[in-house]
This record gives sequence, C-alpha cells and structure tokens, in this order.
Amino acid sequence: MSSVFFFIAAIGVIAGALGVVLMRDPFFAVLSLVVHLVSLAALFLLLRAQFVAAVQVVVYAGAVMVLYVFVVAYVGGEGEAIGERLRGSTPAAGGGPVASGLRGLGAVLGAALLVELLIALLGTGLEAIGHEGAPFTTAHGEAQTFGTPAYIGNLLLTRFLLAFEIASFLLLIAAVGGVVLARRRRGLGDEEDEDVLTPLQLVRPRDTGTMAEAVGTQRGRR
Amino acid sequence: MSIAWYLALSAIVFSLGAVGVMVRRNPLVVLLCLELMLNGGNLALIAFSRMWGNGDGQILALVVMTVAACEVCIGLGMIVALYRRRLPIDVDELRELQG
Repeated sequence: MSSVFFFIAAIGVIAGALGVVLMRDPFFAVLSLVVHLVSLAALFLLLRAQFVAAVQVVVYAGAVMVLYVFVVAYVGGEGEAIGERLRGSTPAAGGGPVASGLRGLGAVLGAALLVELLIALLGTGLEAIGHEGAPFTTAHGEAQTFGTPAYIGNLLLTRFLLAFEIASFLLLIAAVGGVVLARRRRGLGDEEDEDVLTPLQLVRPRDTGTMAEAVGTQRGRR
Repeated sequence: MSIAWYLALSAIVFSLGAVGVMVRRNPLVVLLCLELMLNGGNLALIAFSRMWGNGDGQILALVVMTVAACEVCIGLGMIVALYRRRLPIDVDELRELQG
C-alpha cells in the first residue's frame, strides 16, 4: 500500500518539477511548484516526518508561494516581453541558434549531474539504503514518537537550540534586507514634495529643525 | 518502499532544478528552480533521517526551509528593485552589477 502512495506522490513531484522547468509563463511555473510541494509533503508523511510535512504545506506551499504569486503579478508578464523585444529573435525558442545550443548543453550537463548523483547516492554500498528504515515500534513494543511535533520541538529547544536561534536571526536579517532592497529609492537631490506648503512653513523659517540649519547653510532661500 | 527509491527521486528533483537554473532566463523562474534544488536536498535529508530513526535530519530540513525563505525574500526584493529601475527582467541581459 505504501508503495502505491509513493508512486502517486513521486509522479506528482516529478510532474511539478518538470512544469517549473518547462512552463513558459512564470505564473504557471509557480502553480506547478505548488503541486510539487504538496506531493513532496505527502512523501514526507510516508517517511514519518509529520511536523516537517505540515510546515511544508503551511509555510512553503502557503506563505512563500503567495509571495511568489504577488511578485509575478507585479513583474511577470512585462518582464518576459522586455526580454523578447530586446533580443528580437524567434519567439518560439526564446533565443537564437547560439542560445538554443547553450540550452541543449544545459540539459546535457543536467543529465550528467543526475547520473553522477545516482552513482554517488545509490552506489555508496550502505547496507541500510536497501531497507525500509527504522522500525515503527521501539524495543519495548510501544509506538515511536519519531517525527511528531513534540519530538521536533524537544530537539529544537535542547540539542539544536543554537541552530534555532541562528535561523531566527537569519530570518530577521533577510526581512530587513528585503525591505531595504525593494524600497522606493529617493535621490538626495529629489525634492518634489518640498514644494507643498504647510501652515507651519508660514510661521517659521524654512529649514528649522533640519541638518541644514545645524551646519549653518540655508538652502532654497527665496 | 526502500530508502533507495526516495534517494533516487531526490537526485532527479535536484538535477531538474539544476537544469532549470542553467536553462531559464527569467530570474523569477531561476529562483523557483533553486527551490526545486533545495527540496531535492530536503527529501534526501528526511529519507536519511527515516533510515536511522533519528530526528537530526528533520531539524536540518527545517533549517534548509528557513534558508530557502530567506533566499526568496532577498531574491524577490532584488527582482522588485530591478523592475523599479526599468532594467530588463532577464539574466542574459543583466551583465553589470553596478548599483
């Protein structure tokens, strides 16, 4: 029974991955990545990683993919059009003869990488690779707690506390970096909004309370 | 199912992601293919964790998912910045890294 589920989920995983690589429209690529992630969560359940499967569906297929969909809606179609126009080549292959040759080279390199990985993973001679893995029950006959949220939480807050904290700092840094990268840039000399007259400007000098007053220069005197 | 099947599947997913990174031109799709590669790694980690009946691989998979979220955050921020500066959204056209 588990092998039937494995093959159904594996077909979903590979079809989703192929869709990401082959879909022309980035929006459909994102949607097929969602298919890939949900099938992968089913595989995680088969491997008795319940908590990781739940996180995969909720965080990955939910939150991160919504972020992708928003950015594709903001950028997507026009970006493709810009690339096509600048390139000015055949629309079908998305590139000239040189580009398609390089594309074939990429596929060949990927196939070589696959063969190499399969040799490395399956040719290790590890005995345990051929088995089903650890037993479902412990030596005393009770069910394993392996992979449950309690087990993972216990590990995260005891043995892997340092990794947990470093990951949280990494998330914080990435959030700040994302805001800094995507913010609306204002040049130093850009003073479009300065011309809006507020009542305060009528009753006090123009640069009160700014750095310009502190260093003694008064800009924009009229 | 023996663990070897899961490892073979993770290798397939990883190399599909690598092909996508090399072949596609839209940086958004390149980011998606990076996600594929990370997911291939995650599947191998969880399969090994199952093999030994030990939770360490699952913790590592969670950390990998955190790193993937950070990568998405920074990458999408860079793509939005590219779009704001009216640069082409195409990795072949972007040859300069000047701010």
